[in-house]
Amino acid sequence: MTTAGAHDGALEHLKREGRIVIVGASLAGLRAAETMREKGFAGSLTLIGDEPHEPYDRPPLSKQVLLGNAVADHTTLPRRRAIDADWRLGVPATGLDMAARRVRLGNGDEVEYDRLLIATGVRARPWPNAEEASLDGVFVLRTRDDAVGLQRALTDSPRRVVVIGAGFTGSEIASACRERGLNVTVAERGSAPLVGALGGVIGEVAAEMHREHEVDLRTGVMVTALEGDPSGRVRAAHLSDGATVEADVVVVSLGAQRNTEWLAGSGLGAGPRGIACDAGCRAFDVRGIVTDDIYVAGDVARSPHALFGYQFLSLEHWGNAVAQADTAAHNMLSVSADRRPHLWVPAFWSSQFGVNIKSVGVPPMGTEIMITQGSPAERRFAAVYGYQGRVIAAVTFDNCRWLPFYEHQIESTAPFPPPFSTVDRRPEGNKPVPADFPDPSVPTHGPTITLSGYSPADRKMTFTPGR
Amino acid sequence: MRLVVDLNRCQGYAQCAFLAPDVFAMHGDESLLYNPEAPPEQREDVLRAVAACPVQAILLELTDEDMANMPAADAAGSSAPSGGPR
Repeated sequence: MTTAGAHDGALEHLKREGRIVIVGASLAGLRAAETMREKGFAGSLTLIGDEPHEPYDRPPLSKQVLLGNAVADHTTLPRRRAIDADWRLGVPATGLDMAARRVRLGNGDEVEYDRLLIATGVRARPWPNAEEASLDGVFVLRTRDDAVGLQRALTDSPRRVVVIGAGFTGSEIASACRERGLNVTVAERGSAPLVGALGGVIGEVAAEMHREHEVDLRTGVMVTALEGDPSGRVRAAHLSDGATVEADVVVVSLGAQRNTEWLAGSGLGAGPRGIACDAGCRAFDVRGIVTDDIYVAGDVARSPHALFGYQFLSLEHWGNAVAQADTAAHNMLSVSADRRPHLWVPAFWSSQFGVNIKSVGVPPMGTEIMITQGSPAERRFAAVYGYQGRVIAAVTFDNCRWLPFYEHQIESTAPFPPPFSTVDRRPEGNKPVPADFPDPSVPTHGPTITLSGYSPADRKMTFTPGR
Repeated sequence: MRLVVDLNRCQGYAQCAFLAPDVFAMHGDESLLYNPEAPPEQREDVLRAVAACPVQAILLELTDEDMANMPAADAAGSSAPSGGPR
């Protein structure tokens, strides 16, 4: 038998009676399972999820659920097809034995696999002080249960809500609160909302939107402490500028942490920044060697993207979870020559203060920005980001029908600044300006120590105090 | 009836909000809000909305309850969830 023949035989065997385990029962895990069955996988399929719910959709939780237009328990994802899986819900994976091809579960069970897909995603970064985080009225928003609790607290007509962090989730929460007529204070460490994702120029537009809708927006401040009353209910947030804001509800919206702790010591290349994998979704081990039987998809994955200089990108995007799951599932059931790369162009949306914000490409790679259509003052515009003379990303506010055009520009490395002009190009948008992203080399979280020097003999330590 | 809209794909044409206004609603000029678990009595409207979406962004799964009382001709064609990517 030829080598190719032997490989085909192994693949046929896998498809017929192999064991595939998916850890992570959310959007990426479900879509991967569907694709595997579509491709004729007839073996045993196990889905492991730490939440007790079958896969549900998260984007509505910070939008229509908080507005009261949908019920948090009603966001179960529709299925594209039956997947005939063995569901292990409400039990987390706690360990991985790569040599024995075995996943350990929190209840002591072990599940063996021939192919493993890891799609454990991220979780909300909690408030760092556990005692303050456990006060009544302090929430994060990531899961369905979080949304049920927060929605209930907002229905109780709190006198004021404090939102810590003005990223997309924090801004959407603030927007929903205002729409419900609630007083809301947003405390953001950066210079403006959304500044990390979209830069200072767009951040300024977002800040104006907050203020127009009477959000009490405080930028350049950190929340230093949450204060409770004797009954254990939160009553105030203390800010780094000395101010105190009284509130009945505090929503901690400080981004996400990747769910990789369960892989510690497994030998897989997993850490706080996610699980590194190749463009075909195959995970790297700690030695930087690609595995043959372990794949990664969704928020927890970090994969190199050819269009963006092979930079390893972690994308916490809905569409990325769908596309990467599909690619991983395809590759898991294919011989190497038939595998395909995950080349999805990053894209996301947000809805806040009645404005639809959408983006394609990688805005934080951009060094310059130029308004190409419409006007920020009217909250209706398209802007493109430039990087080394090419278009690297675009964002629209209530102008989403232009996005496919810009997506093509990014895919074809079109020149920046764009040579075309449009009928609605305003004078203020005629030339690029700096996109004004925060300097990534400046530490923002507490004190850090960095090492310098070429050999261990001349290593130096530099201490940077917290800001 | 479970549904999800791929809002990366959605371009705010509002056909769904026009055809099934109890399930889909525009919020501002182009943001879409929808009820991800629509009641069975909305079935006909939702099926029309799924079919009319110019970018085919709505994925719908009909549950057993939705399939009950389905006219025979429809039921034959809907054994698989309607509205998937085409």
